[in-house]
Amino acid sequence: MNTQLPMPAEPNAAPLVSLRNLNVEFSANGMSIRVLHGLNLDVHVGESLGMVGESGCGKSVTWLAALGLLGSHAKVSGEFTLAGESFDGLDDQGLSKIRGRRIALISQDPASALNPVQRVGTQLLEAIRLHKGLQGNDALAHAARLLDQVHIPSARQRLQSYPHEMSGGMNQRVMIAMALAGEPELLIADEPTTALDMTIQAQILNLLGEVRRDQKMAMVLISHDLSVIAQECERVMVMYAGRVVEMAQTDDLFRSARHPYTQGLLSCLPEMGKRPHRLPAIAGQVPQPGQLPQGCSFAPRCDQVMPACAMQLPELWTVASTHQSACLLSAA
Amino acid sequence: MTPLLQVNNLVKHYPVWVPDGWRQRQVTLRAVDGISFDLNVGKTLGLVGESGCGKTTTARLVLGLMAASQGQILFEGRTLSAERNAAWRALRQRMQMVYQNPLSALDRRLPVLNQVIEPLHIHGGGDALTYVDQAQELMNSLGLSPALWHRYPHELSGGQRQRVVLSRALILRPSLLVCDEPVSALDVSIQAQVINLLQDIQERMGVAYLFISHDLKVVHQISDNVGVMYLGHIVEQGPPAELFSEPLHPYTQALMAALPKRWGGEKNPRVILQGEPPNPVEQQSGCIFQQRCPHVQTICQTQAPILVRVSNTRSAACHLHSSSTSQLSPMLEAQP
Repeated sequence: MNTQLPMPAEPNAAPLVSLRNLNVEFSANGMSIRVLHGLNLDVHVGESLGMVGESGCGKSVTWLAALGLLGSHAKVSGEFTLAGESFDGLDDQGLSKIRGRRIALISQDPASALNPVQRVGTQLLEAIRLHKGLQGNDALAHAARLLDQVHIPSARQRLQSYPHEMSGGMNQRVMIAMALAGEPELLIADEPTTALDMTIQAQILNLLGEVRRDQKMAMVLISHDLSVIAQECERVMVMYAGRVVEMAQTDDLFRSARHPYTQGLLSCLPEMGKRPHRLPAIAGQVPQPGQLPQGCSFAPRCDQVMPACAMQLPELWTVASTHQSACLLSAA
Repeated sequence: MTPLLQVNNLVKHYPVWVPDGWRQRQVTLRAVDGISFDLNVGKTLGLVGESGCGKTTTARLVLGLMAASQGQILFEGRTLSAERNAAWRALRQRMQMVYQNPLSALDRRLPVLNQVIEPLHIHGGGDALTYVDQAQELMNSLGLSPALWHRYPHELSGGQRQRVVLSRALILRPSLLVCDEPVSALDVSIQAQVINLLQDIQERMGVAYLFISHDLKVVHQISDNVGVMYLGHIVEQGPPAELFSEPLHPYTQALMAALPKRWGGEKNPRVILQGEPPNPVEQQSGCIFQQRCPHVQTICQTQAPILVRVSNTRSAACHLHSSSTSQLSPMLEAQP
């Protein structure tokens, strides 16, 4: 599948990260299940890209595969380029040099991402030693500076705390500080606020936006929550069953979604100020990976399905200069 | 009409041990600290608030799963006690619970149909020969096709599992369903299906919901009345349309401001609440929200505001609104 991707602001600028034809297969009990089908993706310098989709659609797997974090049960193929440098075959040796340093990842649950039996200072210093090569007091000062940057009060004392002595929001701030230790070019935030309370979610989202602008770093925000994406991202990618179904600038996507799945997702959310008698839900359920229907994966749930949908796998058609949709309706 | 469920000045305190030098000291954790509400037959009361605010403790108290430290719960006109006696069991038939995670609420080693029948066997009554038919009819009406009846929970999707949990809760025809974050673990598209299903069930069977969620939008969609909880207290109460469009309490205002705007609207210039909810074991005088409140005054540090009626339908516990009216809300008048 050869697709054109939306052009960056400066058309000639090469993308910071580009993934081409990424495939992921998991094998278990002699069966092989394909969860990612030829994904193409570009992240440009300094931009914030949102990835939405329901559980199992492949949004997290994309980045775990790209960074070689899936383990031996996964069969990964595809091309991965970071700032022009190609990591052929996604070999572990090459990837370990960029993990954490040039591409950092923060995950959903900070409590399980941090080591519960080590002080946060120890864990933060480890990242600083590894990525910046600082030692002793220099490293300590840098650690305190990082905690300051993520707005943790009395940073010096906090270095002595264990993760269980701090709240979920504080732990997530520590995770962000650790991610910033390597001054990465790209930060991947995988559902960074899903486990947090509402008022804390707003604080963390604001913090992510702030550090991104300060460090001029690109960010990929993975979320199932469209409103979080709308708030923080310039461009959005909607995934369904291991494929990209729509990609657009955030405003375009929310104003004129072209793919029936995106339209369904947008309308089925309850909304303040409106209270329909019934929510316009999307019927049916997400197909199991390995049991995808022929043709378009969304066809069995689609309210605008046509006979051709069962025959032909839709590719990403360009509907406007920066807007693409993988639906036969957009092909016409 | 007497309400289906009346809760008066409900309190649940836990003794907890905290380190104090070399020793430990016992302090009181005020999980629920004097809340009152009414729930009418076939209506929905939504309780919103952040983790640790006492929502789930309230649910467990209402079901009589644990004893309250103080206060009174009247269900269908009778006092509910947490003693495990025949009266409690009879009342428990009429009130059921739906949990957040259906996979841990279901028995993994029993086909789902058997699990839906089980409450009928436990509580008995009626013709035992009709149990299977009753269960199958109910499951069908909740969108579980016959092909799924003999499956195990792990063979179902998240939405289907929550439908099984709902079938099991509804098989005894309860008049109250306590739903603790029933859609939080579900995907967005499935969440809408389950919310619609809950509304259908209510219209068909006339069951009342005590609906607990941290998601304001979901509560707004489903509730007839909403209580906003903070640190064991209800700080504001009213119908969702009014409460969410013009929140009175600064905490509700902050919750609304924390909601990400969908699109089109202004980005970011919003009040972000600083800090985090204080630890409920730390005692303080005055208003529970004073540390985080942008409108804090001197009176807030000394005197705790009580929930007072602000209009016909709404109440708030805030000094900003207590001056305009001195009239106590009727649910508080009953208190000593």
